[in-house]
Amino acid sequence: MPIDHTYANLRQAALELIRRAATRLPDDVRQALRAAHRREPANSPARSTLAILNRNADWADTDAAPLCQDTGTLSFYGRIPPQCPIPRLNKAIAAAVRAATRVGMLRQNTIDTLTGQSVADNVAPGSPQCRWETAAIKHIDLWLLMKGGGCENTSTQFSLPDTGLNAGRDLDGVRRCLLQAVVTAQGHGCAPSILGVCIGGDRQYGYETAKRQFLRPLTDQAAQPELAALERRILRDANTLGIGPMGLGGKTTLLGVKIAAVSRLPASYFVSVATMCWALRRAGIRLNEHGQIERWLQP
Amino acid sequence: MKPPRDLQVPLDETTVRNLRAGDAVTLSGRIYTARDRFHRHVADGGRCPVNLRGGVLFHCGPVILGPPNRWRVLAAGPTTSMREEPYMPAVIAATGIRVIIGKGGMGPDTRAACRRHGCVYVQATGGAAQFLRRRISAVTAVFFLDAFGPAEAMWELTVETMPGQVTIDSRGNSLYDAVADRSRRRLQELLA
Repeated sequence: MPIDHTYANLRQAALELIRRAATRLPDDVRQALRAAHRREPANSPARSTLAILNRNADWADTDAAPLCQDTGTLSFYGRIPPQCPIPRLNKAIAAAVRAATRVGMLRQNTIDTLTGQSVADNVAPGSPQCRWETAAIKHIDLWLLMKGGGCENTSTQFSLPDTGLNAGRDLDGVRRCLLQAVVTAQGHGCAPSILGVCIGGDRQYGYETAKRQFLRPLTDQAAQPELAALERRILRDANTLGIGPMGLGGKTTLLGVKIAAVSRLPASYFVSVATMCWALRRAGIRLNEHGQIERWLQP
Repeated sequence: MKPPRDLQVPLDETTVRNLRAGDAVTLSGRIYTARDRFHRHVADGGRCPVNLRGGVLFHCGPVILGPPNRWRVLAAGPTTSMREEPYMPAVIAATGIRVIIGKGGMGPDTRAACRRHGCVYVQATGGAAQFLRRRISAVTAVFFLDAFGPAEAMWELTVETMPGQVTIDSRGNSLYDAVADRSRRRLQELLA
């Protein structure tokens, strides 16, 4: 059977993907929020905040309505067969973004930076963002991350060595950067947060890779044992800082830490830290060779 | 935590001055959304289209649909308030608001303005757009829609028992400062 990813099918699939990401927290995030709620003492602000977050997630799911009014930067990540036409994919995704904005699944959330005017349909240079990689496959795997501006504003980057932090070019230096980033952010990015981290790269690829870590489930760990150990240690130590949900105190400051390492130049050692709010909106979908929806890629 | 204090808009100065950082509250009545464009407009001496004396500003850019039918709020939670820090004291002084609802807290200039004019900052739960949407019973007017766009426009909302927590009171207390100080001390231990 010929590979024929029709425009109409692709547009429909992208629209379903936006709907799912905007309205339904992935199971791993739901479980982390429920576990956090159980950990906080009765009658504490932290516990009541987490109760609200859990109920909010229930209602967004049952009403198919946006979890958060900041529907965020739309980052699509696709693995596609080599013969799949990328211009058609981009066009179908733009059409899906327009349709989702029309029905209120997405806020009019795009501003022309020079004029300050709101872009009515959310399609403009830089929105949405689509990244494609080809593979010897017949299907398409399409992922979407929606990341709000509040947490994006708290993302940060360090260049090691950093004498102020006493941070050298090693994993202890990285640890110092990450804890400092959590303390600087406080609750501003809608804690409890998830950290996506990249060690190495240039500044651009570091941030890119840090953000991609949010595609990993909260339940996995880095393949390299030393990074997996650092992930566990940062999660444990950051949750002793007492910042808590929304920065009002508590045991739950982070829900997860995801660290990757890529190569670097001899001269550079960047630690890129992407901060994600509790509303980690991630969804993935598999399409068959006609661009029809086959299944969701995560529960 | 004590049970929440139910507050009715408009608020008088005595009621607001009696609120303390840490108090749980609910708000009922007419409130207005306001974001960066509105704050800058008023701080630059621009006209506020409604009388806000005793009123409430909600740092929020909702997802909202309509007309031709009536306006319908699909999602509405607080946005980061800190961006308004340069303008907030001027807005408090010019409008006479008594309550700011937002998330993340605000800085020393807003704290000082709250003390001087009798105003408090109430934290709503960030991102809880469905939870908070259910407390909005009506959208009754909109201002600056064409000039600022829907996310930045000033929406007049009627809310019923919208929950929040006073985190900056009119005596200069801030819950955020206490949390931040403690976390910085703990950080020093972890980095020792």
